[in-house]
Amino acid sequence: MKVNLRIWRQNGPGDKGSFQEFPNVEVTPAMSFLEMLDVVNVSLEAESKSVVAFDSDCREGICGMCGAVVNGIPHGMGQRSTLCQLHMRSFNDGDTITIEPFRAKAFPVIKDLMVDRSAFDRIIGAGGFVTARVGSAPDANAMPIGKDVADEAMDAATCIGCGACVAACPNASAMLFTSAKVSHLNMLPQGGAQKDARVLDMIAQHDEEGFGACRNYSECEAACPKGIGVNFIAKLNRDLRTAAMRAR
Amino acid sequence: MKLDSKVPGGPIETAWDRHRQSIRLVNPANKRKYKVIVVGTGLAGASASATLAQLGYNVEAFCFQDSARRAHSIAAQGGINAAKNYQNDGDSVWRLFYDTVKGGDFRAREANVYRLAQVSVNIIDQCVAQGVPFAREYGGMLANRSFGGALVSRTFYAKGQTGQQLLLGAYQALQEQVAAGKVKLNTRSEMLDIVKIDGKAKGIIVRNLLTGEITRHAADAVVLASGGYGNVFYLSTNAKGCNVTATWRAYKRGAAFANPCFTQIHPTCLPVHGTHQSKLTLMSESLRNDGRVWVPKKKGDFRAPSQIPEDERDYYLERMYPTFGNLVPRDVASRAAKKMIDAGHTVVEGGQGVYLDFADAIQRLGADAVMDRYGNLFEMYERITGDHPLKTPMKIYPASHYTMGGLWVDYNLMTTVPGLYAIGEANFSDHGANRLGASALMQGLADGYFVLPYTIGDFLAGETAGFRDTNTPEFDQIEGEVRGRLDALLSVGGNTPAETLHRELGKVVWDRSGMARTEEGLKEALELIPEIKERFWKEVSVPGTGAELNMSLEKAGRVADFIEFSEVLVRDALTRDESCGAHFRLEHVTEEGEAKRDDENFCHGAVWEYTGEGNVPTRHIEPLEFNYVKPSQRSYK
Repeated sequence: MKVNLRIWRQNGPGDKGSFQEFPNVEVTPAMSFLEMLDVVNVSLEAESKSVVAFDSDCREGICGMCGAVVNGIPHGMGQRSTLCQLHMRSFNDGDTITIEPFRAKAFPVIKDLMVDRSAFDRIIGAGGFVTARVGSAPDANAMPIGKDVADEAMDAATCIGCGACVAACPNASAMLFTSAKVSHLNMLPQGGAQKDARVLDMIAQHDEEGFGACRNYSECEAACPKGIGVNFIAKLNRDLRTAAMRAR
Repeated sequence: MKLDSKVPGGPIETAWDRHRQSIRLVNPANKRKYKVIVVGTGLAGASASATLAQLGYNVEAFCFQDSARRAHSIAAQGGINAAKNYQNDGDSVWRLFYDTVKGGDFRAREANVYRLAQVSVNIIDQCVAQGVPFAREYGGMLANRSFGGALVSRTFYAKGQTGQQLLLGAYQALQEQVAAGKVKLNTRSEMLDIVKIDGKAKGIIVRNLLTGEITRHAADAVVLASGGYGNVFYLSTNAKGCNVTATWRAYKRGAAFANPCFTQIHPTCLPVHGTHQSKLTLMSESLRNDGRVWVPKKKGDFRAPSQIPEDERDYYLERMYPTFGNLVPRDVASRAAKKMIDAGHTVVEGGQGVYLDFADAIQRLGADAVMDRYGNLFEMYERITGDHPLKTPMKIYPASHYTMGGLWVDYNLMTTVPGLYAIGEANFSDHGANRLGASALMQGLADGYFVLPYTIGDFLAGETAGFRDTNTPEFDQIEGEVRGRLDALLSVGGNTPAETLHRELGKVVWDRSGMARTEEGLKEALELIPEIKERFWKEVSVPGTGAELNMSLEKAGRVADFIEFSEVLVRDALTRDESCGAHFRLEHVTEEGEAKRDDENFCHGAVWEYTGEGNVPTRHIEPLEFNYVKPSQRSYK
């Protein structure tokens, strides 16, 4: 089958950027979306032209490195999947496919489809951890944790940090990302000692990075490849209010 | 080259304790004067960086991804082993040690493996303290599952995302130290060479992948945690970016490479489906707990699996290995699949694959319970293939997955270059000729949290702290060589993409040095690889310049290193004229079709020393002694 591609090309953060057309690209239905981009790049290399810059690594939907907006939807049309898990059988022969980078003030474009998501690392560094010096841990079974709590913490912890939630949000808010980590750690007894500081510091960092405020559009949940729910944002807000009161 | 393993003498049970008492310590007030470079931020690199920083050392860490959280440890699914004996099923440090030595087919150093089993229990404690959400039972205690190669249930897991959760734990600890200013983290940076001063590793040369800038970094010691080389086969379950460059560059600067031919082929991956495929996807081995592997008894039977009646199915693992059944170790399961397919029993028309069937488990436990255990794996499978394993059996086939070989290290995890350490998959130390499932995460974290942070102090205590000078002739020279090589890649001016040449190399290495090897095939590979190398340097296309983000240049540099490295891998496979673990020479097979070791001639680690461009490397040996687990023919029947 053949598809027509419109791919965003941009040389750097300061460059204006524009779409480049790649008509009639020959693909097979079993190819993944990134393998399709590989084909484009291999043919560009064979003509000694500069390849389309895009991020990818594990190519099995867990590292969170890949991501682009395909036909207006982060990670494309696949429900609960990353871009690398999207396959060309989801498209029809003759389709035109528009591919753009994740767009957000806090995610500056580096080149073409590649964006800078280091703001996420700084949000984690602000409080997304449990301070537990190596060597100081008690026996792992010393603190029983109910299966329901452990399971819910795991649901939150499953975030891969890809940034689709930010790209999907009309406000470019990173609240789903931030709430997933706050919830994961605040729900567990191990995270209890730093509960208040965690939510306050991570929210402060979130705002400082230039992400927008959450207005409960829930577009983030729809775009999340791991199906993380906005209920964690509600949890975050509860923790935030409690912490802000206690801090007073 | 003299190989001193530095293994403490005396009883193995107390060796690590006694060693820790005997090695030198750095005064707590002096630790902040020392700086350590860590290359790679996977389980081993992130855990080591965070722990060294907690101890007070200054750390500078590097990764090629955009964030430390992306390293390929994240893709490990099934779990992590630890000798906790929480299941009361007779597990112990001794049994984990025994299983690992036996699983490695008696080609690992006993003392290292014993230490690994000892610290395994501390790893679980540490990870739980960090908030890693391991699976739990209703009473709130930690749950376990069983895994290939063991008859006890000792594997801790977090759904099918154990590697992700463990890495996030280490990554969060790392980012905490980054925010505290104790670790300087350089993402999107690739180490391109090691710098030695007076014979000791004191720095590295790095290329910033965004700007192309080449920078020098000096420190008191260097740690490589750069992972394995499974992508030498092109198609593997490794991430696209995984490469041999850091360890290969270190090899060319004097760090010996051990057992490169020990490469693990994982039995449960998705079959190859087309010519454009860029990687293979692994399905956790834990699936073999509840899945049953089978092929049709009749050759070329491509009826839908539901149309094949029970008595026309061959559950070949259960038939051949009644004791372990579907839970035989990886190498055994992979070869059995190959054997069935070579005999014509594939389930993929025009391709290669066997069934992994959950029908019995669904009947026994119910669909909900099965989804609770494997839900995310089933979804992943459906996304890639369009089929759901609740409705139809999975199709699987073996693929390159993990590499047991790596830089040679002593008991302190130091390579043959003083001050240069290798941890995690980058070293060769613990898994022998075959790694058991759920042991890679264990080793990565053991090295990073509990071994290296002690042993590196022994080296640093003997060094004058504060080596930071990058304006030395040594740095000038190595940086010049790095630049020369990048220029050479950019000026070939051919029109074959590096990706295409990598694919060709992968096919040569996989066909002749993959799951089954012969003298003839390996010799052929030694003819073919230099041809690919020659073509690479005549034909490769690297558009753009070195002073910008240039994915073609990154890829070409890594492929060039894989080509050189593959020759040593093949040479190692050819010289090791026996079968052991994952290294399967068709000339050496027992009557039952298993790997036949030659302990008289090959009970050793093969350690390759670089001897200059174009020269055949020198093969040294580290003899292995088995004082505790008597080598026997592995049997899982």
